[in-house]
Amino acid sequence: MKQVPQKDAPLKLNESGAWIREDVSYEVNEPDAYALEEALRQREKHKGEVVVITSGPARAQQVLREALAKGADRAIHLEDDKFVGLDAFNTAKAIAAAIKDEQFDLIFTGLQSDDYGYAQTGVILAELLGWPHATIIMQIEKTDTGIRVKRELEAGFFQFVDMPTPAVLTIQSGINKLRYATLIGIKQAKNKPLRKVSWGDVQSALSENLQKIEKLYIPQKTKKTEYIEGAPGEIAKKLVDKLRNELRVI
Amino acid sequence: MPDTILVVVEQREGKLNRVSWETITAGQAIAAATGWQLEAAVVGSGLSSIAAEIAGKKLAKVYDVESPRFEPYTPDAFAVGLKQFFSSSQPKLVLMPHTYQVRDFVPKLATSMGRSVISDCVGFKHEGGKLVFTRQMFQGKLAADVSFTSDAPWFVTFQNGAFRGDKAETGASPAPVETVNVEIGADAIRNKPQEVFKEAKQAVDLTQAEIIVAVGRGIKEQKNIEIAKQLADALGGDLAASRPICDSGWLPMDRQIGSSGQTVAPKLYLALGISGAIQHIVGMKGSRAIIAVNKDSEAPIFEIADCAVVGNLFDIVPPLIEEVKKVKAGG
Repeated sequence: MKQVPQKDAPLKLNESGAWIREDVSYEVNEPDAYALEEALRQREKHKGEVVVITSGPARAQQVLREALAKGADRAIHLEDDKFVGLDAFNTAKAIAAAIKDEQFDLIFTGLQSDDYGYAQTGVILAELLGWPHATIIMQIEKTDTGIRVKRELEAGFFQFVDMPTPAVLTIQSGINKLRYATLIGIKQAKNKPLRKVSWGDVQSALSENLQKIEKLYIPQKTKKTEYIEGAPGEIAKKLVDKLRNELRVI
Repeated sequence: MPDTILVVVEQREGKLNRVSWETITAGQAIAAATGWQLEAAVVGSGLSSIAAEIAGKKLAKVYDVESPRFEPYTPDAFAVGLKQFFSSSQPKLVLMPHTYQVRDFVPKLATSMGRSVISDCVGFKHEGGKLVFTRQMFQGKLAADVSFTSDAPWFVTFQNGAFRGDKAETGASPAPVETVNVEIGADAIRNKPQEVFKEAKQAVDLTQAEIIVAVGRGIKEQKNIEIAKQLADALGGDLAASRPICDSGWLPMDRQIGSSGQTVAPKLYLALGISGAIQHIVGMKGSRAIIAVNKDSEAPIFEIADCAVVGNLFDIVPPLIEEVKKVKAGG
């Protein structure tokens, strides 16, 4: 799971011009919330344990606390400011190193993040672990030989895929209905185990980043936008005038 | 050997995905800026006719990369087969469209070669001999110029609509086609895909709509959908939504616009409380006119809107409904 700036948070560039200032509000990356929910539902069906993992500064622990409150059994936090600056390749390497002694059957990630939006970390992790993967998943069933998943394709098409486990799946938003944490859950979360992994613990597994953000900036507008202002009644009149006389749609 | 740009086009069941023309246009633009040689490859089984179709464009060469194991598509076969192909062809830069299929295999392919992908790019710059790729970040609120710091091959995917497919230049004579057979072991493929299908109940076809009123998160609650419905009815248009609204079950999935829903190009697209995440924009940016109402003045939807109203949709929409009704009644 990943912590990302809130959807409507105003973003400012930092001094380097290559990243944003950290003083914004954060929330859980939306597709990751669906990935967690799916893991909890699979556990309710098939027993087992749900472990949540994130990498990021101390603030990212909030994502793990919320996941534990919703019902995850334990958490792993790769905690350091430096994890924010890793590319997808090294983020996956850090996660692979942190879980090398675990025996997971399935790893779920959100299909992409709301900040970088690379849509890569889960697939890279699968390759590093030597596991099969499937992306943009809308349904997961256990079978005698492994799992059957429903992949979303483009333009309203779907496909079922049979695959062995262990496997990595990237989860599409809307696969399920999210639950809320209960008061009891929030209370219980405080006593659930949270393992911290430091930069030093995984550093030897990392390489130089393979790509670099040279510059971050506000995108240049390619279209001329006309702003319509005034009281609501005036705006309505101006819009209707436009619809009738310029666009000729009414 | 000159530095080479290789465009990997996409086909499904023997038919070229039209977005491939956009990637060829991108390749031609980068070739013109860098002086690198441009080639293309089609990957699958029995694709000589697609290779010939591609070869009509201005390209130095076309590869028909073949293996019976490419059908049906699996990420394992594509990663193993293409890695083998690249080890002999040694491209400097590999370009692909940012489709769901490419997203499924290209991070795996690049990782297996110790390389990386700059994904979902919307453009490139070549300044002082340095090549950077522009991509949207933070749901389109910011843009980033990203460069490679590793050895080649470099992998780049381009967003649907980033380049014009109809601008792909035709060559003076057809490019030579070379067939390359790659060996993929049966045991390399772990996933067993079933037939592709469409969900039966795709009742609503928004692609033919002339007017669309679309709602996003700004609508706040399910019961508020009603005022958007009233506006759509007054205008004689159809109601649609961004993904989160359909995920919440407030409107059925077949009213969803965007990369995972329908792609539309109506005469008027009225976006209410839609921030304009990339996944939504790719489904509606071809609209003839876009009017956006959003209380966040920095919402990315305003980047592509012809007409913008910064304000609360609950203030704007009720008088708008009345005005539309009045004008329509008055003839």
